[in-house]
Amino acid sequence: MSRVEVSAKTVDEAVRSAIAQLGISEAEAEIEIVDEGAKGLFGIGGKDAKVIVTKKSAGQDAAEMARAFIEELIDRMDLVCIADVEEKEDVINVTVSGKGVGGIIGRRGETLDAVQYLTNLYVNKGKHGDGYKRVLIDSENYRAKREETLVRLANSMAAKALKYRREMKFEPMSAYERRVIHSALQSHGGVTTKSIGEEPYRKIVVSPK
Amino acid sequence: MESRLSKLLEFVAKSLVEKPDEVSVTQTDNDTAIVLELRVAEGDMGKVIGKQGKIAKAIRVVIRAAAAKEPKKIIVDIV
Repeated sequence: MSRVEVSAKTVDEAVRSAIAQLGISEAEAEIEIVDEGAKGLFGIGGKDAKVIVTKKSAGQDAAEMARAFIEELIDRMDLVCIADVEEKEDVINVTVSGKGVGGIIGRRGETLDAVQYLTNLYVNKGKHGDGYKRVLIDSENYRAKREETLVRLANSMAAKALKYRREMKFEPMSAYERRVIHSALQSHGGVTTKSIGEEPYRKIVVSPK
Repeated sequence: MESRLSKLLEFVAKSLVEKPDEVSVTQTDNDTAIVLELRVAEGDMGKVIGKQGKIAKAIRVVIRAAAAKEPKKIIVDIV
Protein backbone atom coordinates (compact mmCIF):
# COMPACT_ATOMS: atom_id res chain seq x y z
CA MET A 1 0.00 0.00 0.00
CA SER A 2 1.47 3.34 -0.96
CA ARG A 3 -1.52 5.68 -1.00
CA VAL A 4 -4.34 6.34 1.41
CA GLU A 5 -7.18 8.77 1.70
CA VAL A 6 -8.04 9.72 5.25
CA SER A 7 -10.69 11.93 6.79
CA ALA A 8 -10.40 13.31 10.30
CA LYS A 9 -11.38 16.31 12.35
CA THR A 10 -8.27 18.28 11.43
CA VAL A 11 -5.71 18.14 8.65
CA ASP A 12 -2.98 17.34 11.17
CA GLU A 13 -4.89 14.44 12.59
CA ALA A 14 -5.67 13.06 9.14
CA VAL A 15 -2.05 13.28 8.07
CA ARG A 16 -0.83 11.58 11.21
CA SER A 17 -3.29 8.77 10.81
CA ALA A 18 -2.43 8.35 7.11
CA ILE A 19 1.29 8.17 7.83
CA ALA A 20 0.66 5.60 10.53
CA GLN A 21 -1.44 3.53 8.16
CA LEU A 22 1.27 3.58 5.52
CA GLY A 23 3.94 2.87 8.10
CA ILE A 24 6.23 5.60 6.74
CA SER A 25 7.92 8.65 8.19
CA GLU A 26 6.72 12.17 7.54
CA ALA A 27 9.73 12.82 5.32
CA GLU A 28 8.65 10.01 3.03
CA ALA A 29 5.11 11.29 2.71
CA GLU A 30 3.69 13.37 -0.06
CA ILE A 31 0.68 15.12 1.34
CA GLU A 32 -2.21 16.41 -0.66
CA ILE A 33 -4.92 18.28 1.20
CA VAL A 34 -8.25 17.60 -0.42
CA ASP A 35 -10.37 19.41 2.10
CA GLU A 36 -9.22 21.55 4.97
CA GLY A 37 -12.43 20.88 6.84
CA ALA A 38 -14.46 23.33 8.83
CA LYS A 39 -15.11 23.60 12.51
CA GLY A 40 -18.82 24.26 12.33
CA LEU A 41 -20.81 25.66 15.20
CA PHE A 42 -21.45 23.63 18.33
CA GLY A 43 -20.59 20.50 16.43
CA ILE A 44 -23.17 21.23 13.80
CA GLY A 45 -22.26 21.85 10.19
CA GLY A 46 -18.64 20.87 10.79
CA LYS A 47 -16.82 19.21 7.98
CA ASP A 48 -14.02 16.72 8.26
CA ALA A 49 -10.64 17.45 6.78
CA LYS A 50 -9.58 15.09 4.04
CA VAL A 51 -6.06 14.33 2.87
CA ILE A 52 -4.44 11.99 0.41
CA VAL A 53 -1.02 10.78 1.46
CA THR A 54 1.24 9.03 -0.98
CA LYS A 55 4.52 7.38 -0.26
CA LYS A 56 7.18 9.15 -2.30
CA SER A 57 8.52 6.79 -4.90
CA ALA A 58 11.60 5.22 -3.44
CA GLY A 59 13.61 5.93 -6.56
CA GLN A 60 13.32 9.67 -6.82
CA ASP A 61 13.57 9.97 -3.15
CA ALA A 62 16.87 8.10 -2.91
CA ALA A 63 18.55 10.12 -5.68
CA GLU A 64 17.40 13.34 -4.04
CA MET A 65 18.62 12.12 -0.66
CA ALA A 66 21.99 11.24 -2.14
CA ARG A 67 22.33 14.65 -3.77
CA ALA A 68 21.34 16.55 -0.64
CA PHE A 69 23.68 14.51 1.53
CA ILE A 70 26.70 14.80 -0.75
CA GLU A 71 26.20 18.49 -1.40
CA GLU A 72 25.99 19.26 2.27
CA LEU A 73 28.94 17.02 3.02
CA ILE A 74 31.10 18.66 0.34
CA ASP A 75 30.11 22.07 1.60
CA ARG A 76 30.93 21.22 5.20
CA MET A 77 34.25 19.73 4.13
CA ASP A 78 35.02 23.14 2.66
CA LEU A 79 35.51 21.74 -0.82
CA VAL A 80 34.41 23.55 -3.92
CA CYS A 81 32.68 20.90 -6.00
CA ILE A 82 29.40 20.19 -7.72
CA ALA A 83 27.61 16.86 -7.61
CA ASP A 84 25.73 15.51 -10.61
CA VAL A 85 23.26 12.79 -9.80
CA GLU A 86 21.90 10.29 -12.27
CA GLU A 87 19.73 7.33 -11.50
CA LYS A 88 19.54 4.07 -13.37
CA GLU A 89 17.30 1.41 -11.90
CA ASP A 90 18.81 0.54 -8.55
CA VAL A 91 22.03 2.46 -9.01
CA ILE A 92 22.55 6.13 -8.27
CA ASN A 93 25.57 7.51 -10.06
CA VAL A 94 27.08 10.63 -8.61
CA THR A 95 29.77 12.55 -10.42
CA VAL A 96 31.66 15.16 -8.48
CA SER A 97 33.50 17.86 -10.35
CA GLY A 98 35.13 21.18 -9.61
CA LYS A 99 38.19 22.70 -8.03
CA GLY A 100 38.12 20.65 -4.87
CA VAL A 101 38.01 17.17 -6.39
CA GLY A 102 41.51 16.28 -5.21
CA GLY A 103 40.25 16.64 -1.67
CA ILE A 104 37.29 14.41 -2.23
CA ILE A 105 39.25 11.64 -3.95
CA GLY A 106 42.03 11.40 -1.39
CA ARG A 107 44.95 9.03 -1.36
CA ARG A 108 44.13 6.08 -3.62
CA GLY A 109 40.50 7.09 -3.60
CA GLU A 110 40.28 6.62 0.15
CA THR A 111 38.08 9.67 0.73
CA LEU A 112 35.93 8.90 -2.29
CA ASP A 113 35.30 5.40 -0.92
CA ALA A 114 34.46 6.76 2.53
CA VAL A 115 32.05 9.35 1.14
CA GLN A 116 30.47 6.70 -1.06
CA TYR A 117 30.08 4.31 1.87
CA LEU A 118 28.50 6.94 4.12
CA THR A 119 26.14 8.07 1.35
CA ASN A 120 25.04 4.46 0.84
CA LEU A 121 24.31 4.13 4.54
CA TYR A 122 22.37 7.37 4.60
CA VAL A 123 20.31 6.66 1.50
CA ASN A 124 19.46 3.13 2.59
CA LYS A 125 18.88 3.93 6.22
CA GLY A 126 16.05 1.83 7.57
CA LYS A 127 15.65 -0.19 4.38
CA HIS A 128 15.96 -3.91 4.53
CA GLY A 129 16.67 -5.36 1.14
CA ASP A 130 13.53 -3.91 -0.39
CA GLY A 131 14.23 -0.80 -2.44
CA TYR A 132 17.93 -0.89 -1.69
CA LYS A 133 19.85 1.58 -3.85
CA ARG A 134 23.51 1.42 -4.60
CA VAL A 135 25.26 4.77 -4.71
CA LEU A 136 28.40 5.03 -6.81
CA ILE A 137 30.46 8.18 -6.58
CA ASP A 138 33.10 9.09 -9.09
CA SER A 139 35.16 12.14 -9.76
CA GLU A 140 37.17 13.05 -12.84
CA ASN A 141 36.81 9.50 -14.06
CA TYR A 142 38.92 8.39 -11.12
CA ARG A 143 37.26 4.99 -10.91
CA ALA A 144 37.53 4.25 -14.62
CA LYS A 145 41.20 5.25 -14.60
CA ARG A 146 41.87 3.24 -11.47
CA GLU A 147 40.19 0.25 -13.11
CA GLU A 148 42.45 0.58 -16.13
CA THR A 149 45.49 0.72 -13.87
CA LEU A 150 44.32 -2.38 -12.01
CA VAL A 151 43.77 -4.34 -15.22
CA ARG A 152 47.25 -3.37 -16.40
CA LEU A 153 48.70 -4.37 -13.04
CA ALA A 154 46.80 -7.66 -13.17
CA ASN A 155 48.24 -8.52 -16.55
CA SER A 156 51.79 -7.67 -15.58
CA MET A 157 51.52 -9.73 -12.37
CA ALA A 158 50.14 -12.65 -14.37
CA ALA A 159 53.07 -12.36 -16.78
CA LYS A 160 55.50 -12.39 -13.84
CA ALA A 161 53.82 -15.42 -12.27
CA LEU A 162 54.25 -17.28 -15.53
CA LYS A 163 57.80 -16.11 -16.10
CA TYR A 164 59.05 -17.13 -12.64
CA ARG A 165 56.63 -20.06 -12.28
CA ARG A 166 55.57 -18.99 -8.81
CA GLU A 167 52.78 -17.25 -6.88
CA MET A 168 52.69 -13.47 -7.01
CA LYS A 169 51.00 -11.53 -4.21
CA PHE A 170 49.20 -8.25 -4.74
CA GLU A 171 48.95 -5.47 -2.19
CA PRO A 172 45.86 -5.54 0.04
CA MET A 173 42.84 -4.14 -1.80
CA SER A 174 39.17 -3.44 -1.27
CA ALA A 175 36.59 -6.00 -2.35
CA TYR A 176 35.73 -3.89 -5.36
CA GLU A 177 39.33 -3.62 -6.53
CA ARG A 178 39.90 -7.33 -6.02
CA ARG A 179 36.89 -8.07 -8.13
CA VAL A 180 38.33 -5.98 -10.95
CA ILE A 181 41.53 -8.05 -10.83
CA HIS A 182 39.76 -11.40 -10.56
CA SER A 183 37.59 -10.68 -13.56
CA ALA A 184 40.51 -9.27 -15.54
CA LEU A 185 42.37 -12.56 -15.16
CA GLN A 186 39.40 -14.87 -15.31
CA SER A 187 39.79 -15.52 -19.00
CA HIS A 188 43.58 -15.68 -18.76
CA GLY A 189 44.60 -19.17 -19.84
CA GLY A 190 47.82 -19.51 -17.86
CA VAL A 191 47.01 -18.35 -14.33
CA THR A 192 44.45 -18.66 -11.55
CA THR A 193 43.61 -16.08 -8.90
CA LYS A 194 42.40 -16.31 -5.32
CA SER A 195 42.09 -13.99 -2.34
CA ILE A 196 43.86 -14.65 0.93
CA GLY A 197 43.98 -13.00 4.35
CA GLU A 198 41.38 -11.12 6.36
CA GLU A 199 39.85 -7.73 5.67
CA PRO A 200 41.12 -5.09 5.44
CA TYR A 201 44.36 -6.80 4.46
CA ARG A 202 42.78 -9.29 2.10
CA LYS A 203 44.82 -9.59 -1.06
CA ILE A 204 44.97 -11.47 -4.31
CA VAL A 205 47.42 -14.18 -5.14
CA VAL A 206 47.96 -15.09 -8.76
CA SER A 207 49.56 -18.43 -9.52
CA PRO A 208 50.52 -20.27 -12.69
CA LYS A 209 48.22 -23.14 -13.62
CA MET B 1 38.12 25.84 11.99
CA GLU B 2 37.15 24.63 15.39
CA SER B 3 33.42 24.57 14.96
CA ARG B 4 33.61 23.58 11.29
CA LEU B 5 35.05 20.13 12.00
CA SER B 6 32.73 19.40 14.89
CA LYS B 7 29.78 20.53 12.82
CA LEU B 8 30.87 18.24 10.00
CA LEU B 9 31.13 15.33 12.41
CA GLU B 10 27.77 16.18 13.87
CA PHE B 11 26.17 16.33 10.43
CA VAL B 12 27.58 12.95 9.39
CA ALA B 13 26.58 11.28 12.67
CA LYS B 14 23.08 12.75 12.59
CA SER B 15 22.61 11.43 9.07
CA LEU B 16 23.36 7.89 10.16
CA VAL B 17 21.59 7.44 13.48
CA GLU B 18 17.97 6.78 14.41
CA LYS B 19 17.97 9.48 17.08
CA PRO B 20 19.66 12.59 15.65
CA ASP B 21 18.56 14.67 18.64
CA GLU B 22 20.87 12.69 20.86
CA VAL B 23 23.98 13.34 18.81
CA SER B 24 26.51 15.69 20.34
CA VAL B 25 30.10 16.58 19.63
CA THR B 26 32.54 18.19 22.01
CA GLN B 27 35.88 19.49 20.91
CA THR B 28 39.04 19.94 22.91
CA ASP B 29 42.24 21.32 21.47
CA ASN B 30 45.69 20.80 22.85
CA ASP B 31 49.10 21.69 21.47
CA THR B 32 49.37 18.81 19.06
CA ALA B 33 45.87 17.55 18.48
CA ILE B 34 42.23 18.38 18.07
CA VAL B 35 40.08 15.86 19.84
CA LEU B 36 36.48 15.48 18.72
CA GLU B 37 34.29 13.45 21.02
CA LEU B 38 31.15 12.06 19.48
CA ARG B 39 28.24 10.97 21.63
CA VAL B 40 25.17 9.19 20.32
CA ALA B 41 22.22 7.37 21.84
CA GLU B 42 23.18 3.98 23.23
CA GLY B 43 21.17 2.12 20.61
CA ASP B 44 22.87 4.11 17.86
CA MET B 45 26.43 3.14 18.69
CA GLY B 46 26.42 0.48 16.01
CA LYS B 47 25.28 3.04 13.43
CA VAL B 48 28.41 5.13 13.87
CA ILE B 49 30.86 2.31 14.50
CA GLY B 50 29.76 -0.45 12.15
CA LYS B 51 31.09 -3.93 11.69
CA GLN B 52 34.76 -3.98 12.60
CA GLY B 53 34.63 -0.21 12.94
CA LYS B 54 34.00 0.23 9.23
CA ILE B 55 31.68 3.20 9.63
CA ALA B 56 33.90 4.82 12.27
CA LYS B 57 36.82 4.47 9.88
CA ALA B 58 34.92 6.11 7.01
CA ILE B 59 33.88 8.96 9.31
CA ARG B 60 37.50 9.51 10.36
CA VAL B 61 38.64 9.53 6.72
CA VAL B 62 36.09 12.22 5.86
CA ILE B 63 36.99 14.35 8.88
CA ARG B 64 40.67 14.07 8.11
CA ALA B 65 40.11 15.01 4.47
CA ALA B 66 38.23 18.10 5.61
CA ALA B 67 41.10 18.97 7.94
CA ALA B 68 43.80 18.55 5.31
CA LYS B 69 45.04 22.09 5.91
CA GLU B 70 45.06 21.67 9.67
CA PRO B 71 48.57 21.03 10.97
CA LYS B 72 47.32 19.38 14.16
CA LYS B 73 46.37 15.75 14.41
CA ILE B 74 42.64 15.10 14.41
CA ILE B 75 41.33 12.48 16.79
CA VAL B 76 37.75 11.31 16.53
CA ASP B 77 36.59 9.50 19.66
CA ILE B 78 33.27 7.79 19.95
CA VAL B 79 32.27 7.76 23.60
